[in-house]
Order: sequence, then structure tokens, then C-alpha cells
Amino acid sequence: MTGGEFRNPTGGRIDRTRPLRFRFNGRPYEGYEGDSLASALLAQGVRLTARSFKYHRPRGIVGAGIEEPACFVELTGEAAEGNRPITTVALREGLDARSVNCWPSPAFDLLSVNQAVARLLPAGFYYKTFMWPDWHLFEPHIRRAAGLAAAPERDAGEGRYETRHWHCDVLVVGAGPAGLMAALAAGRSGARVLLADDGREPGGSLLGQAARIDGAPALDWVEQTVAALDALPNVTRLQDANVWAYREANLLLLTERSPAPGHLEQRTWRVRAARVLLATGAIERPLVFADNDRPGVMLASAARCYVNRYAVRPGRRALVFTNNSSAYQAAAELQAAGVEIAALVDSRPQVPDAAAALLPDSEILAGHVVSRARGGRQLRGAAIRPISGGAERRIDCDLLCLSGGWSPSVQLYSQSRSPLRFDTGIAAFVPDEPARQAVACAGAAKGRFGLPAILADGAEAGRRAAAELGFAAEAVALPAAEPEPALEIAPLWHVEPDRRGAKAFLDLQHDVTLDDVRLAQREGFGAVEHVKRYTTAGMGIDQGRTGNVNVIGAIAAAQGKALDEVGTTTFRSPVVPVSFGALAGAREGSAILPYRHTPVTAWNQERGAVMYEAGARWRRPGYYPLPGESFQQSVDREAGAVREAVGLYDGSPLGKFEIKGPDALRLIELLYSNAFASLKSGMGRYGLMLSDDGLILDDGVTFKLGENRYLMSTSTAHADEVHRHMERLLQVERPDWRVWITPVTAQWANATLCGPRAREVLVALGTDIDLSPEAFPFMALREGRVAGLPARVCRVSFTGELSFEINVRGRDMAVLWERILEAGAPFGLVPVGSEANHVLRVEKGFLSLGHEVDGTADPIDLGMAWALSKKKPDYIGKRAIEIRRARAAPRRELVGLLTEDPQRLVTEGAPLTPGGNKAPSEGFVSASVWSVVKQRSVALGLLMDGRARIGETAHIRLKHEVVPAEITRPCFHDPEGILLRS
Amino acid sequence: MLLIPCPFCGPRNESEFLHGGPAKARRPEDPTALSDAEWIDHLTVPPNPQGPVREHWWHSRGCGQWVTILRDTVTHEILPEDRHDRG
Repeated sequence: MTGGEFRNPTGGRIDRTRPLRFRFNGRPYEGYEGDSLASALLAQGVRLTARSFKYHRPRGIVGAGIEEPACFVELTGEAAEGNRPITTVALREGLDARSVNCWPSPAFDLLSVNQAVARLLPAGFYYKTFMWPDWHLFEPHIRRAAGLAAAPERDAGEGRYETRHWHCDVLVVGAGPAGLMAALAAGRSGARVLLADDGREPGGSLLGQAARIDGAPALDWVEQTVAALDALPNVTRLQDANVWAYREANLLLLTERSPAPGHLEQRTWRVRAARVLLATGAIERPLVFADNDRPGVMLASAARCYVNRYAVRPGRRALVFTNNSSAYQAAAELQAAGVEIAALVDSRPQVPDAAAALLPDSEILAGHVVSRARGGRQLRGAAIRPISGGAERRIDCDLLCLSGGWSPSVQLYSQSRSPLRFDTGIAAFVPDEPARQAVACAGAAKGRFGLPAILADGAEAGRRAAAELGFAAEAVALPAAEPEPALEIAPLWHVEPDRRGAKAFLDLQHDVTLDDVRLAQREGFGAVEHVKRYTTAGMGIDQGRTGNVNVIGAIAAAQGKALDEVGTTTFRSPVVPVSFGALAGAREGSAILPYRHTPVTAWNQERGAVMYEAGARWRRPGYYPLPGESFQQSVDREAGAVREAVGLYDGSPLGKFEIKGPDALRLIELLYSNAFASLKSGMGRYGLMLSDDGLILDDGVTFKLGENRYLMSTSTAHADEVHRHMERLLQVERPDWRVWITPVTAQWANATLCGPRAREVLVALGTDIDLSPEAFPFMALREGRVAGLPARVCRVSFTGELSFEINVRGRDMAVLWERILEAGAPFGLVPVGSEANHVLRVEKGFLSLGHEVDGTADPIDLGMAWALSKKKPDYIGKRAIEIRRARAAPRRELVGLLTEDPQRLVTEGAPLTPGGNKAPSEGFVSASVWSVVKQRSVALGLLMDGRARIGETAHIRLKHEVVPAEITRPCFHDPEGILLRS
Repeated sequence: MLLIPCPFCGPRNESEFLHGGPAKARRPEDPTALSDAEWIDHLTVPPNPQGPVREHWWHSRGCGQWVTILRDTVTHEILPEDRHDRG
């Protein structure tokens, strides 16, 4: 029979004309369109569906929705996914699911041996036992044994996820009776409404009940209401959309499943809502007694849902155990669907007449409790006794429906930082006033029960939210609904097991028992947050929806306190599990942080340059290997060309800022440690920029372009940071100064000619600038035309050779680049990458950010005391350096290092230790290269008291050896700087 | 995700801003007038209250404005702020 032995011939929201084949733990089954995986399995009589997390006890389906605490599955194949509650998986053709936590199957689980040793596995067992010698030795094995689903193997990317930003007036969470009424009331007022519901279809709790509204099935009303909402252009409605986080300023995050099947798997919405209405309903709690986890023990509301929504009888003969009246309606609906009601066990001394009247022919045992469930892989019955103790009676059943009361779903409300209180009337935590954000709850989420009250509350909440925003909200006509008997709950937090060692579960997912909570109390973990961490109660995928309040009840009982004195643990996001793909959206690969390209990046890539990421995401060539050349050969060739002929370097990423205004010089004088007041137009000066703690932030050359007009260049990597620093200084500290800063990094591309023949290349290119050393000295800037293009040419040098930085408009750069290569060919010009540039600057002992300037060095450490102006009354960092230098403690100083073996290149970053011994380091190698001018290895380093030790030997301590090196001055080439001035 | 009021762009997402730390006293015009201890305090002891704190944010992915807000460090609420500083 396709539908299954436990399927009723009529009723339910399933399509009997559309059978679906699926596999569960390798076995084939059939169900119907409209089924969940859970309902399809129950219809086939499959009761044992999982093994528990720790003890590997047999488990069955407990819930009918998001609350499911016991049974999680891994989906394989096309839509692979891990750890889905079995109740939330929509059945589809070809679905292939596997229980997590058991191998090879729940019926034959190798680790079920844990049950035999369960007494040896109390809370904290792993932490206590596997301490020695190291928890990490055991952890992988324990994780495998306890583990949940494996991560899907397929690539998560390929555009299967996206993010949408959304703004609305009213966000309604939940499309149950309260949410639908709220959305209708707010929507009719004209407010922009977003209604998000986690179900596959709207209706919420009504889907699982046989309720009637306006004299017809309640789902007819749902259909009409949804049609009315969909007709409103200002209402957007989402199904299968879980709202999982409530952040600051009414930002809520929700993830929509399958918004565009075949194209998009999930879409995350980031919603800013002026008002939020939480109509998230309530979750039923189980009752706690010995062996309350046997397959066949189910929430009463879940059993009710299976018969009504799926026309599936979850058992043949049901026993109902409750402490409130809501289970009577559930039992009546089960009975109507053909489930035999063995008896109702009610812990209350008296059963209200309204409840008892629903089941006139059934045995009702008031003042009784279930003391124990019987059976192993399948429930066979239960032991019943009077609550005060006494003779035990056995009742046979294959379904035990529990109702321990209802917990409003307050997770999101609590995440909004709004308070909760314990309502003794319904024995549950409910939203309290005042809300900390523009949020309100409606219906069962607020602790309202009974359909008429819920509908009215939803309508009023929707109307009020719209009215608060200034929309003219009219009252919406309330539909008529039959009231159910009042809840009239008498809390029963647990039934004491008669037998020592019997397990009464509080948290099914993490196998936390009553004994575990008591152990935590005895061992000093009394507070609710400590109990959670010690026992892991509530830390599972289900977030303790069914179990947490019972845990709090157990703590309260142990401490003799009221529940609100114990309080709840913190509700954190995500409220439901969210996949990493849904979090990332389209932000994958280079989309999250794109590269910056210079106008010749493409040219470089076409020429086979090995591209590096320079600072700040710039793509820049590292070196240009010729066919058959090794890395070192390429770098030596390029560096050699600069020293002997001429090289061409793409300097475009260099940070550039134009600084204008009457107070421009004042700003520059404050920013740089050296003086700029005497700088003449057309000339530049090298400067050191410090932070207020006197450490080097950046260095670069600033040119004076004219009166109150400067061009500042910064290092590539720090350009953004310098910008931030300058703007902050101006806007926050000196708002009265009249200075304007314009970043022009991308506006001015830069081709740098460097080498003794640079001038000849520039002449060959054709320029109207007088290039003679007298007319165009070192550190000067001239404007004119180069190769017919308007250009600013600067004579600065990062290599120690004669250099011309030719700055042109970004769009002219590619043309200039080609012309230079053409004109330079006869002079031996080659393009050089950042590797050769690094060699050249190390030979000269020039600073590099991230090498010598490591965030701890000040100018004196690097031998640049000359850059500290003594005349200026103030510059950023001045006071800090004075204070530091007043205390004569030795510091690490920049030195050169020549390894005794000239062939020996050491790793950059290698530590220097006294005598090469295993001792605290006295510095490190900041840069180490093969010098083309010295034809040997040269290095720079920061060494404690280094300048006083020049001529002595330092020791570079590597992993397997110690490399001695002579300490020298930090310059290996042209120390007088004759070449760069030539 | 805070919603930070920018004087030019209106309320914008925190992700458009870089945090600039709590607002200190304005940098002294003449740091030499301070004792060593006072200067070190100025540099190293930022305000860190449990409650409202004035702090700077840079609208780096927006208009480039440095914004000063009053934020409650307990609730993350942004309280009505005094006018922005730039003259």
C-alpha cells in the first residue's frame, strides 16, 4: 500500500494522486506529495528512526516541526545537507536521507554498546576522563563517535546563495492565526508588510489541528486570508523562511529555502523593519520520567498534527500523559482519526469538566503519573501510579502522548534584549515589558492560548503597529472561532524514577538526564548558565526548544527556588541552524574583497609576469621570468639591469594625495616629524609620519606644487590608513583648519624609470622638460609632456639609482608604458617587478613597511634621528619619543648583516639570539637578498643595541643551525648617494 | 549591525563604517604643557564606560565623514547625539 499501513484513507494535506519514492537509511519507501519525511515514515510504521547522541539509545520521532529534539537526518545527493530535523524535511521524489549518530543503521547500531556502560558516562565524563595526557589526543575519536552529519562534499559556491536587503514598515514573523491577522490588519492600513513563515505552507498551528473558523475548517480561512494578503501590493509573503537573528536597530536576518528551485538554494534577507511583530507561536513541552525517550513517546501536539495534517496515525493505541487541558483536545482528535485512546493520565488532582467532556468514553486517571515507559526499540506500554505513590499499574500502548505545558517561542524577543518573566498562570516564560526595540509579540508567542484570543490579539497587534507608524489602520473584522478548554496547567517538572539509575531525559538531543542536572548541582555548577555548559543541555541543534524549561524546573526543584529566580539561559542567534553558504551569499572568492588593478595589470599578465598581491589588494608583478629562467635568475637579471642600464617599474599603486588650503602646510608639519616649512615650490622632501605613540606609521615624499598646494605620496599598503589618519586629524581634532585632502592614487598612474641610463631613455621618449641635473635636480618635480602626454615627472629614488617617476593620467598609462619599452630597448631597458625592487632597496638600506617598519620601530631605531625636527614645537609622536628617549633602555636598531658564508641566504624573519643559543631573541632578520652589486648575500635586521655592535658578530638562529653574520652599517651600495643625485 | 546616523547620508549600516574608538579629549595644542603622566594617560587610557560612550566612526565606504555618536555599550543603542563637530 503506497500511503502506508498507518495512513487514513481520507483527510490531511497530502496529495494521494502523487506518490513519491524515497530512501531512508538505504531502504526504499513511498509517501505522498505534502508529506514530511517524518510523516511518510510514520505512515509506513517506521518507529525507530535514530540513535541518541551519547548513549546511542534507540529513538523515534518526538515532534512534528522545528522543535524535533531526537531525530536528525543527513540528506545526500543533489541537495546534500546535514543535520536537518526529520520533521522539517519536505518529501520529494528520490529523496535520500540517513539518520545521523548511528552506524550502520538505527536498528543495528554498533555503538549501542554505550547503553551498557551508560552508568559510567555521566555529565562531564569526557572532560574528566580524557584530561591526561591531552584532551586533543582523544577528541577526534570522541567527536567521530558522538558526531553529527558530515559536511557535504560538494562545492558550496557556484552562485547558489544570495543576500537581499529589505526595508519594511512591519515585519510579521509567523503565518499562524495571530501572524495572519496581524499582517492583514497592518497590510490593509497601507503599511509595507513583510510576512515570513518557516512552514512550507501558511497556517502555523492550524495545519495540525481540526479547528474551525467561521463555521468552516480553519484552513479555508487561512486560504482566504492568504489570498487577501497576496492581493495587497504592499504585502510581501515568504514561506519556508526562518527568521534566525534579531540584531541592533531592528535588523532581522532570515533565510529563505529554495526561493528559485534549480537556480538558487537559499536566500538570506537582511530586513530593517520599523516595527517587528513576533507571532512565533508556542512549543509543547514533554514530561520527564524514567525512559521517556522510547520510540513511540511523542508530544501530544505532534501526534495531533500527524493525524490532521498528514492523515497518519502515529500509533494504534495511545496513552496520554498531561498536566494541563490542551492534551484533551489532541486526544479527541486522535480518537476521531481512529487511534484508540487507552487512557488519559493527568497529574492534576481534578480534571476540569470542560476537558473531560471531550472524551466521554475514555478512562481518565486524575492525580496519576506515568512513572516509566516500557519497551526497547519500540514502546510497549507504561507504568502508571498515583502521584503521591502507591501501587503501580501497567497499561499497554504503542504511542505515549505527552503534554507538560507550552513554552512561547520567545527566542527572537529575547534577542532584541527585551526582558522575559515567568508567568505562573501558564507555567512558562513570556515576553515582559518594556521592549528594548520596536517589537511586540502576538498570540501564543505572548502566552495567549485559545484560538479566539489569538486571532483577536494578532489583529490588535497588527493594527497598533501600523497606527504607531502613522498609518490609518481600521479594525479588521474578527472571524469566529470555537474556544478550547482553558489550559489550567499544574506544573509537573518531573516524576521521580522509582529505580536508581533509570534515565529520565530532559534534553533528548544531548542525552541530558535529571541525574546529570543534579550532578551539576552537587559539583558546584548551580546557576542555569553553568548547568547548560556542564551538561550541554540546550546546546544542540534544536536549541532546547522542548527541554530547556524542564531543565530550569529541575534546577528550581533542586535549589528550592521559583523558576524566575533561576532564570533562562541567553537566547542567541541563529535561532535555527543556518548554512555557511546562506551566511556568505554571493560574497565568495574575489567578490568579497576585489583586487585593484593598475592600467598595466593586463599587460603584465599577458607577458607572463608572476603577479603578487602588493599591499591594499593591488596586483603587481613580482618578476618577469624569461623562458627557462629560475626565480633567482629573473630577479638577478632585473636588479642587474637597474644597476647597470635601466629598468621600468609600475609605481601606480603608490598612495597619492593632493593637499590644498591655507592650512595645508600646518597639517603637513603636524603629520610629519621633519620640517617642511622651508620647502620650495617644485621640490619635494622625504618625511616620516608617526603615530601619537611615536612609532613609524608611514614614509614618503611630499612635493610642494605651489602656494598652499602639496602632493603627498605614501606607501602602497598604508595609503588607506594614512587617509583615515589625516581625515580624522582634520575632522575630529582640528575641524577649524582649512585644508582639503583629495586622494589621487588612481588618477595618476606612475611609470618609474630607474638606472644610470634613465635620462637617456627619457630623452629618447621626447620631453619638453629640461633634464639636466642643474635644471631638474634630485627631489624635484617638473610638469611638462613626455612622449606627447601631459605628465608630472619626479626625481625620487627607491633603488639608489638615477630615477624618474613619470606620472600620467590613468588612461594614458598603457600608451606610455608601450612607448617606454620601445624607446628603452636600445638602452637595455627591462620591466622589473617588486622582487628586484626589494633587492635594490635592501642594498641601499631603504625602509620598507612590514619589514623594518614593523609597528614597534621609531625613527631613532632606524638611524633616522635626523628626521626628527628640533625646531618644530609639535608634531604627532614628538612627545612620546621624548618620553621614551628620556629612559635610556637599549632598543632594537637597524643594522646590516653579512653572513660569514657569502653564498648563504637566510629566511626573512629569522630570529637573532645571543650567541645563537636557545635564548630570548635580541632581534630578527628583516630582509635578506642576493645582492647584485656585492655578488653575495646581504641582509638587514633589527638588533638590540645594534649600532654599538657594528663589527661584532650576530647569530641567526634557524631551526637546525646557527648562522653567524657580521654586523655592519645598513647600507651596501653607494652610501654617499652620488648615483641617485647624478 | 548598528544603524549609524551620518549627517550627509542619513542612517546607514555599520558595515559602511570603520570604528575609530572612543572619543578622547581633544589633542592638546601644546603637548609639552602636560606632565609625562598626563600625556601617557591621554594616549593610553581611553574612556571605557559601561553605558553611554562618545565614539568616532569613519564613513569610509560612504561619504568619508568622521561621525561622532553616543552609543550605550550595554544595549548598543545609539542615543541622540550632539551636533557633528566639523565646522
